Amino acid sequence: MSALEAVTAPRAAVRPLLRVCGLSKSYGETVGCVDVSFTLYPGEVIGIVGESGSGKSTLLNLLCAQLEPDAGTVEYDVGGEGLRDVFCLPEPQRRRLMRTDWGLVHQNPRDGLRMDVSAGGNVGERLMAVGARHYGAIRGEALDWLSRVELDGGRIDDRPKHFSGGMQQRLQIARNLVTRPRLVFMDEPTGGLDVSVQARLLDLLRGLVREMGIAAVVVTHDLAVVRLLADRLMVMRRGRVVEEGLTDQVLDDPHHPYTQLLVSSVLQV
Amino acid sequence: MSAARPAWDEAYNFAYLDEQTKRMIRRALLKALAVPGYQVPFGGREMPLAYGWGTGGMQVTASVIGPSDTLKVIDQGADDTTNAVSIRRFFQRVTGVNTTEATEQADIIQTRHRIPEVPLREGQILVYQVPQPEPLRKLEPRETETRKMHGFGEYGLMHVRLYEDIARFGHIATTYSYPVMVNGRYLMSPTPIPKFDNPKMRNNPAIQLFGAGREKRIYAIPPYTRVESLDFEDHPFEVQRWPHACALCGSRESYLDEVVLDDSGGRMFVCSDTHYCATRRAAGHSGAMAEGSVARALAPSAGKQEDSHERA
Repeated sequence: MSALEAVTAPRAAVRPLLRVCGLSKSYGETVGCVDVSFTLYPGEVIGIVGESGSGKSTLLNLLCAQLEPDAGTVEYDVGGEGLRDVFCLPEPQRRRLMRTDWGLVHQNPRDGLRMDVSAGGNVGERLMAVGARHYGAIRGEALDWLSRVELDGGRIDDRPKHFSGGMQQRLQIARNLVTRPRLVFMDEPTGGLDVSVQARLLDLLRGLVREMGIAAVVVTHDLAVVRLLADRLMVMRRGRVVEEGLTDQVLDDPHHPYTQLLVSSVLQV
Repeated sequence: MSAARPAWDEAYNFAYLDEQTKRMIRRALLKALAVPGYQVPFGGREMPLAYGWGTGGMQVTASVIGPSDTLKVIDQGADDTTNAVSIRRFFQRVTGVNTTEATEQADIIQTRHRIPEVPLREGQILVYQVPQPEPLRKLEPRETETRKMHGFGEYGLMHVRLYEDIARFGHIATTYSYPVMVNGRYLMSPTPIPKFDNPKMRNNPAIQLFGAGREKRIYAIPPYTRVESLDFEDHPFEVQRWPHACALCGSRESYLDEVVLDDSGGRMFVCSDTHYCATRRAAGHSGAMAEGSVARALAPSAGKQEDSHERA
């Protein structure tokens, strides 16, 4: 057995969770993303970086079936029964996937939370959506999750609009993870937060992702986020993936001129 | 009145609506009965009444009423409030049918916000006036989304509302428009009836029809259909109970209205169903403030006040 085979053999035994092939989307003349392909395995975190307008968010929306692609396929291992094209799934099943097996963390927590529903109700919504009908149990689970994202359990009946930005973001994470999803999509999870809050949130996310073995797709323009969270990295520019590889490898030894520019643009304090 | 002359105002078609419209509404009603709890869109017409005053219920009543039917109209349980009186007079004028206040004698009962206390029987039709047919509207403003939620049976969101009630008030504080599941499939708004009346919808022998005029939707519950009020396992559905009895008829089973009597805290509780209350009084029941008992209470101490009371 060669060294290469030794490395790839265990991988082959694990079935991929998400496989993306030749995904393209354009908005008329404007290019969203072009010919993106990658495979994600259970428990793996992939980062997508690039400047504004490079097609990161378009790609994320395609992956979580919020947008229809012009070409290409997104296949997901539904219920551990093998890869199936998510755009060929019946709509009820796709929506069910969205609120059980997948999580979606928005950049702005206002998009992902119900602002006029209490924190407990926000966390409990997914549980009730999958049939939980015992108030005490729902509330217990909500309290547990609030503590896991380091929110004070005493604020379970407060509405998220009375929370700080960082707390809202943590609440959004709790709301998504309560059904123990296998795959979480995150769009700029630390956007709009100050650096100390960012650091704590990243620490928390890293802990949760590792502990629960969640696979994640993290879209960000912040290289520090991917350095901490992502196993692998894809660099996008003008809708295309220009470089991909292991995170440390790409960040420490960038090959593509654009990646070199991106890495060197980070301010060293 | 000569026998040849129709009993209704000839200037109008029977029951006000033209025959094609009535057929269209009847088709919608048949579909609604076939799929209990499902909201069927229909081409709502302008009625000679403002939206919000029962135009949907009136269109449904106009489509099912026949010349030999007897009609009863109630508003908040009462036969003699503005809405009930004007709708009853409208149908008298455009159909010439007999009207009644007696629940047992009515073939069609158009109602706003109550189900009569007297149990309904087979062959009766209860027509509800519906302000907002969509039970999910306050939680999800998009019609495209609520239709999908109904289509796929995704009703978890409704429990979020009940959860919020318990979290905030310690119990399910929703007292009217309390959401129900019809035939185990469709989530349905029972219209703003008090939740006291929700159990009466279950396995009711009468046909229950719901018309929403502004929103242009019709839905229905066929006789003997399963209707369940939503709840949590540890917070089961309960109806309101009062420590009081009706001040006029002494009933402890009926739904009571609180009536403020003066500006110094005086109040009385009376049956909201006026026909039920009157029937009980006619049968000899009486409450604390019924005419006779007030006279008896006042008589020993102040005879003159009794006189003035009776004049008033």
